[in-house]
Amino acid sequence: MEAIILQILNGLDKGSAYALIAMGLTLIFGTLGVVNFAHGALFMVGAFCAVTLSRILTLSHEVVDPTRTDFLGNPLKVDVPYAYDWFGQATGDAIIDWAVPLSILFAVPVMIIIGVVMERGLIKHFYKRPHADQILVTFGLAIVLQEVIKYFYGANPIPTPAPQAFASSMDMGAALGFEAGQIIYPIWRLVYFVFAAIVIGCVFAFLQFTTFGMVVRAGMADRETVGLLGINIDKRFTIMFGIAAAVAGLAGVMYTPITSPNYHMGMDFLVLSFVVVVVGGMGSLPGAVLAGFLLGVIEAFASLPQVLDVLPGLNQIIIFLVAIVILLTRPRGLMGRKGVMEE
Amino acid sequence: MGILEVKGVNKRFGGLQALGDVNLSIADNVCHAIIGPNGAGKSTLLNCLVGKLIPDTGSVSFKGNSVLGRSPHEINQMGISRVFQTPEIFGDLSVLENMMIPCFAKRDGYFKLNAISDVMAQRDMVEKAEHMLEEMNMANKKDMMASSMSRGDKRRLEIGMCLAQEPSLLLLDEPTAGMARADTNNTIDLLKQIKDERDITIAIIEHDMHVVFSLADRITVLAQGTPLVEDTPENIKGHPKVREAYLGENSGH
Amino acid sequence: MTDQTEQHATSAAPAASSATQSSTKVLGLGPKDFKLMFLVVVLTMAAPFLLNPFPEGSAMAQFNAGYPDLMQRFVIFGIFAIGFNILFGLTGYLSFGHAAFLGVGSYAGIWMMKLLTMNVIPAIVVSVAVAGVFALIVGYISLRRSGIYFSILTLAFAQMSYSLAYSVLTPITGGETGLQPKVADPRILDGALEAGASPRANLFGLEMGAGFEWQVGNWLFTFNAGYYVAAVVMLVAFYLSIRIFRSPFGMMLRAVKSNQQRLSYTGLSPKPYTLAAFVISGMYAGLAGGLLVAMDTQVGAERMFWTASGEVVLMTILGGAGTLIGPVLGAGLIKYMENILSKINKDILHEWFFFLPDGFENLMVELVYPFIGKGWHLTLGIIFMLVVIFLPGGLVEGGQKIAGMFKRGKDADASKTTPAE
Repeated sequence: MEAIILQILNGLDKGSAYALIAMGLTLIFGTLGVVNFAHGALFMVGAFCAVTLSRILTLSHEVVDPTRTDFLGNPLKVDVPYAYDWFGQATGDAIIDWAVPLSILFAVPVMIIIGVVMERGLIKHFYKRPHADQILVTFGLAIVLQEVIKYFYGANPIPTPAPQAFASSMDMGAALGFEAGQIIYPIWRLVYFVFAAIVIGCVFAFLQFTTFGMVVRAGMADRETVGLLGINIDKRFTIMFGIAAAVAGLAGVMYTPITSPNYHMGMDFLVLSFVVVVVGGMGSLPGAVLAGFLLGVIEAFASLPQVLDVLPGLNQIIIFLVAIVILLTRPRGLMGRKGVMEE
Repeated sequence: MGILEVKGVNKRFGGLQALGDVNLSIADNVCHAIIGPNGAGKSTLLNCLVGKLIPDTGSVSFKGNSVLGRSPHEINQMGISRVFQTPEIFGDLSVLENMMIPCFAKRDGYFKLNAISDVMAQRDMVEKAEHMLEEMNMANKKDMMASSMSRGDKRRLEIGMCLAQEPSLLLLDEPTAGMARADTNNTIDLLKQIKDERDITIAIIEHDMHVVFSLADRITVLAQGTPLVEDTPENIKGHPKVREAYLGENSGH
Repeated sequence: MTDQTEQHATSAAPAASSATQSSTKVLGLGPKDFKLMFLVVVLTMAAPFLLNPFPEGSAMAQFNAGYPDLMQRFVIFGIFAIGFNILFGLTGYLSFGHAAFLGVGSYAGIWMMKLLTMNVIPAIVVSVAVAGVFALIVGYISLRRSGIYFSILTLAFAQMSYSLAYSVLTPITGGETGLQPKVADPRILDGALEAGASPRANLFGLEMGAGFEWQVGNWLFTFNAGYYVAAVVMLVAFYLSIRIFRSPFGMMLRAVKSNQQRLSYTGLSPKPYTLAAFVISGMYAGLAGGLLVAMDTQVGAERMFWTASGEVVLMTILGGAGTLIGPVLGAGLIKYMENILSKINKDILHEWFFFLPDGFENLMVELVYPFIGKGWHLTLGIIFMLVVIFLPGGLVEGGQKIAGMFKRGKDADASKTTPAE
């Protein structure tokens, strides 16, 4: 029982990332009808928003510390972050410590701007072109974004820690009433899951309960008719693209403490997220979220030592295997709509 | 016993009864029109005939063989060709190549890996296609890209492609929909010519009464998924039930 | 000159066909195709000269691409892209997993070298056969879906192959370290190696690494046996692709791309055609994989990673999907950038801009530097995006447009007869 719960928990954090990226992909595909191969790159850019903010916060200047001396007897020069000057040492430390969560505030506007610019500047011109062209141009864009990030941040992963308060692990077993010490789980992963759940909930609520969301959902169902009603659907779709980009960015920001970001992390996630979208059913938001968590958990179970003893390497291929089986038995994925991308 | 026999066909889409107990017999070598107001189930019936849809109950047989459960290409090989409402041609290919494909299909059957010989070196196929284009009065357009032609020409090409397969039954789905008057008349003339010169059965679904009464030998009126009457054009014209079904619709005659 | 040939390559079949009808054929090719073939033969055979235009020691010498390793890559990846183009260019099915067939071909080839003989013939033949069988299985399953679903299925199969080759299949694939022929391998057809000799790939005794250098003034030309073997194979592959493009089968594949509905209402199921195209293009990939190990006797799983599949997509699109010569040009361009552009560093840039005043020199170096050296991928990405946006027909379409501009001056009708394919 403990082992099962532990695997479910292990699957949740990856599943959350899959679900968030897959949801963004589906929003874009469902509203704009565009297959966005650059979505993984947006996830990666989000992660680097966190890196950037923590670098900005730790920007420092040299100050001579009169109380200490170096080994030659001269006064010691120390680096003091500007944050100390502005907020005092204690608050400054706290701000630097909380750089990753604070990056959310920084990443949302940045990602929305990137998303809107991308849609207006590039994607817009590809609505009428074949899906293959859309895949190709966004694939090219993904390469460009990656390389720009690589140019500025280098090729190596950049460790970006979670706040001290969340950096440790907690004994979930004890909390849930099982034997202590059986289910040790890093707190940040739990935070990530809760965060993902909130973001997903917000997007769903937004689409469900606002007029804007209603129009967008109508547009997802039948774009032309909504256009005929005199509603400026294009503008709303641009905003949806911005939101999808922001969701991908947030997923990236919060993922940095789990995996140190590098420039190709987006592509690695994208390949899997596409599989997730296809398994969930192109164009279905609940399908994307469900498939994201499902595949995350299945992957975790396939990584169990007991499983690997019998079927070595299963954890490496399980997601693809599931995808192949589902695509062949349920052509539209778990919750796909009829007529989407069937020709 | 007609060439095509439809017996007791039902088809539901969710709560909508698209076809209710349709019985239809199309005799050999006639032009049989199926008419009816919008939503009468004409297109659904046609799709059931060519294997695009599978009826819930009932049987469809062609020359005594059931077509149900067969895929479109198999049904086509039995001798049924279909012309679509919007012309379906190979837009990226030249007109000559468009015409050659049914010629090759007729000769090679289901699949042939003919990967080394040159298309144009197969003189018999080229000649057959060119001959067919001449018959369609399109020989001068053979090197054009098919997608760059007018709608009327595309329709002409599509009909020609169907005829190149030498089918026993030609199904036409509103062949003049969205066409200019001149193109419509050209198409009518073409179909008349086909009817007179060839040993072929034609089933036509049409909205335009002018087209129907110029061509049809027999007419079936479909309303709300069920055949209302079947008769000769002369009798249909004055039939009270037909007027009722078309109430408010201008028949054009 | 090249613009002219590109135009021949791509002018749509009808235009070519009406010309072929009346005139005689050479090797089963129409006059335009024959000219193209002839030109490609001349270019590949003279490549050691053509790719080394700059004298040794000159500042431009770093742009020379006439060394065996790179020339081999040009032709081998040319084969890979030609094969990919038979699938994507003709049928429109976008496979994102073609590197798997390349990798499988490489592994099969290396095993032939370990078990049978270091002669490259069995290795290459078996590579093609094994990749073909693998493509048949993958294609049979993947082609049950189309559009994006097909792309994802092929991607999934390729990533699975990569993961398996990297982990579970280590006994067959060598896992992380990969495979290479060892002295102790059985090689039942070869005699025992001399003491201290290492196994080398050969063609009936002619070693792939063999060759000679020819010094002409300041120019140094290298002629390498491996390159010429690969080049001959590439020419055969290219010739076959022309024949496939012009064949009834090729016409059916274009029909699949154009309108599957009409095809099935013409009594033909698209499936066997697409499957045949998929297998043929998988065999081309296997051939490229086999040649890769014949030239450089080692293989690792990274050859199957999805980025490698993405690379062949880039090559084909960049050069011009659906055209004959396009994929070869695309492969050449990308491999050239990968090997030449990526080697330029800041010092070399400073040399180039030396003539400028200091401030400008530094500015220029800073401006150019992100796009070269390690940043060559950025240049590639930008070029690729520009091509997809403005030149969907790739470099070949660009060439045609330029040729069209020149021609228009000469005679006004010329451009009418060259529809883009």
